[in-house]
Amino acid sequence: MNFRTETIAGNVAAIRADGRLNMVSAPLLREVVSAAIAAGTVRIVVDLSGVDFMDSSGLGALIGGLKVARQAGGDLRIAGATPQVALVFELTHLDRILQNHATAETAYRD
Amino acid sequence: MSRMLALRIVVVLTLALGINYVAWRWMFSLNWDAWWIAVALVAAETYSLIDVSLFGMMMWRAYTRPAPPAPPADATVDVLIATYNEPIDLVMTTALAAREITFPHRTWVLDDGARPELAAAAAAAGIDYLSRGTEWIDRPRHAKAGNVNNALMETQGEFLLILDADQIPRPEILDHTLGYFTDDKVALVQTPQVFSNVTVEDPLGSQAPLFYGPIQQGKDGWNAAFFCGSNAVLRREALMHLGILGYVREVEGSVRTALRDASRVVRGARRHPAARNPAVAHALTEVSHAIRQARAAIRRDEPLAEVTFVLHERVDAAAAGIVVGEVTSLADDLREISELAGTPESPYLLDIDETVARLATRELSPFKALEAVRSALDTIAIDRGHEAQPVMPLATISVTEDMATSMRLHGLGWKSVYHNELLADGLAPEDVGTMLTQRLRWGQGTMQVFLRENPLLQWKMSLPQRLMYFATMWSYLSGYAAVIYFAAPIVFLVFGILPVSTNAWDFFLRFIPFMIANQLLFFVAARGIPTWRGQQYSLALFPVWIDACTTAFNNVVLGIPLNFAVTPKTRQAHTGQQWHLIKPQITVMVMLVVAIIVGCVRLFVNGAEPIGTGVNIGWAVYDLVVLSVLFKAATYQGFTPEAAPEEHPEQ
Repeated sequence: MNFRTETIAGNVAAIRADGRLNMVSAPLLREVVSAAIAAGTVRIVVDLSGVDFMDSSGLGALIGGLKVARQAGGDLRIAGATPQVALVFELTHLDRILQNHATAETAYRD
Repeated sequence: MSRMLALRIVVVLTLALGINYVAWRWMFSLNWDAWWIAVALVAAETYSLIDVSLFGMMMWRAYTRPAPPAPPADATVDVLIATYNEPIDLVMTTALAAREITFPHRTWVLDDGARPELAAAAAAAGIDYLSRGTEWIDRPRHAKAGNVNNALMETQGEFLLILDADQIPRPEILDHTLGYFTDDKVALVQTPQVFSNVTVEDPLGSQAPLFYGPIQQGKDGWNAAFFCGSNAVLRREALMHLGILGYVREVEGSVRTALRDASRVVRGARRHPAARNPAVAHALTEVSHAIRQARAAIRRDEPLAEVTFVLHERVDAAAAGIVVGEVTSLADDLREISELAGTPESPYLLDIDETVARLATRELSPFKALEAVRSALDTIAIDRGHEAQPVMPLATISVTEDMATSMRLHGLGWKSVYHNELLADGLAPEDVGTMLTQRLRWGQGTMQVFLRENPLLQWKMSLPQRLMYFATMWSYLSGYAAVIYFAAPIVFLVFGILPVSTNAWDFFLRFIPFMIANQLLFFVAARGIPTWRGQQYSLALFPVWIDACTTAFNNVVLGIPLNFAVTPKTRQAHTGQQWHLIKPQITVMVMLVVAIIVGCVRLFVNGAEPIGTGVNIGWAVYDLVVLSVLFKAATYQGFTPEAAPEEHPEQ
């Protein structure tokens, strides 16, 4: 699992995740989100297009990141979830809270 | 299998005889002239019949499980030792034993006391150490549930062995339990809690051999064995699953409520004098539109993160609108003044954009005048800001978080296992005060779960699962029944009032077979395990059970704190005799003795009815024998190893 953070248009930090977002990588994702926010970019999008497996701990890390971002006056959004990953959101009803955007670039196009 | 057959025959027999007796009591034997004691007694007897029926249902499936498969070789495990204020030596004894568990794992001390000495001792032993972070300051700590939830965010193992600081694990504990998790639906494996610092006589009733044995096995037979807080292995995914669902449910509920409240507050604010200001009135209209649209969006099932984000943006824009209006007019005035004064570059000229941005931040905004609106809007949040962590895997609705958590896991379709092998050696409280505090806490926690998430109404569990949880809660109502069982013989012997209106033959014909079957059921179910101490305590601790029910009710329904106390793991300083703790029981014993004397006088001097008097004297003597356990408890001076270093038989 690795995470790459880049700044995209609209002063948004795009965190690209690859591999398995599970109990092993979840703490790392929380750190990456916190680091981006600490660096001053409070609008975060986590690009899940490269994630082939996700468990409840991965979801927990997204919720943790969402909390940090909101408290910093920003937001955390998700993009590019594959059908398998989208299913995990549905099974835990987390799709009632977080919306999957088509791509990281469109996540903040309101 | 023949033992199971015998057990089932006794179960059927007990229930048939019990229903026969209690039905007859209700229909044909109530003494309506003394209805107050007659109805109370038959109600207590009905309570006991339901209790024994649930016990029978448990015993119906009280199997011993075959040995589990070998553990998955690649399993990753965190061993979590939860401590609050136990002595460092005690915690480290457990931690060092945990380090020596043979299956590969990582050991963590979770110190809710944040003691630097413990951190140092753990580091010296190469054991990881965690205490709560700053996010927990000024937020509910949720005791042990909070401690473990905090650790769940910091650790990564697939499985978690949870240990209390006074439960010293044996090296094979993981090797013998992890194999059950090869079934992907298994979320929990609970093993017994047995205490090594207790004499065979067990004056404080610390051992619960019937519970950590036939009862948990019977619940397990119905897939309802529950988590008892320590000596258990849990699957992280199951706990996190629970945590995520809980987060979503909590946020959905709180956002809906907060939007409804905010609408009401905005309506109120429009009647506020400040709303006469057109800018404020305009902003309130805008906020009210935004709230209405947010509620409509939620009804259309739009994701809450987006809905709340848009709402807050619109509200911020509305607030900025007021400021822009005011600052623009202020700047116009200043400009006019400076022009009149003839100085083209006035130092008072404002950078309007910057000022607006600054004034519109929540603290400086003129919205301050409408504080209520702002604070109502602030509660429309998806970050559970009132909690340290948005995701709380272990339930926090009860001081017995363990039972509440496993009930929710069962509701989600996860399975539990009770593995009946001694794999940790515990230390029990050694004085009656600590023991009473512990029992009170268990009772309070169980009744909190009953009142907050009544298992009978948890439709996602099967009916037997619901009944198995209900059985535990039902048993904590025994304090009320006990009072009646103590009062009935006293009332007869002193006042000559008999709650049963029948002749002796009719009574004995129905009562004695039921009583014998009942005792036989316990005898067969217990498989030679001593159960008398447990029977004594379930009656003798009646004030504790009543107190537990009352305080839990006050807590859940009226919102009064429980005054929750952590059970001290070592003997308390005042090891003297603690008679003051058992005053209600001593009072009852004195009343029973007086009643027996009065009964004898009435029998021999006044010629009272001999059979009734005899039965009631026998009953009163039985009550006294039951309560006598407290003499041993109150004078118990704690455990001295040389007194009885006997090994407890593995069950």
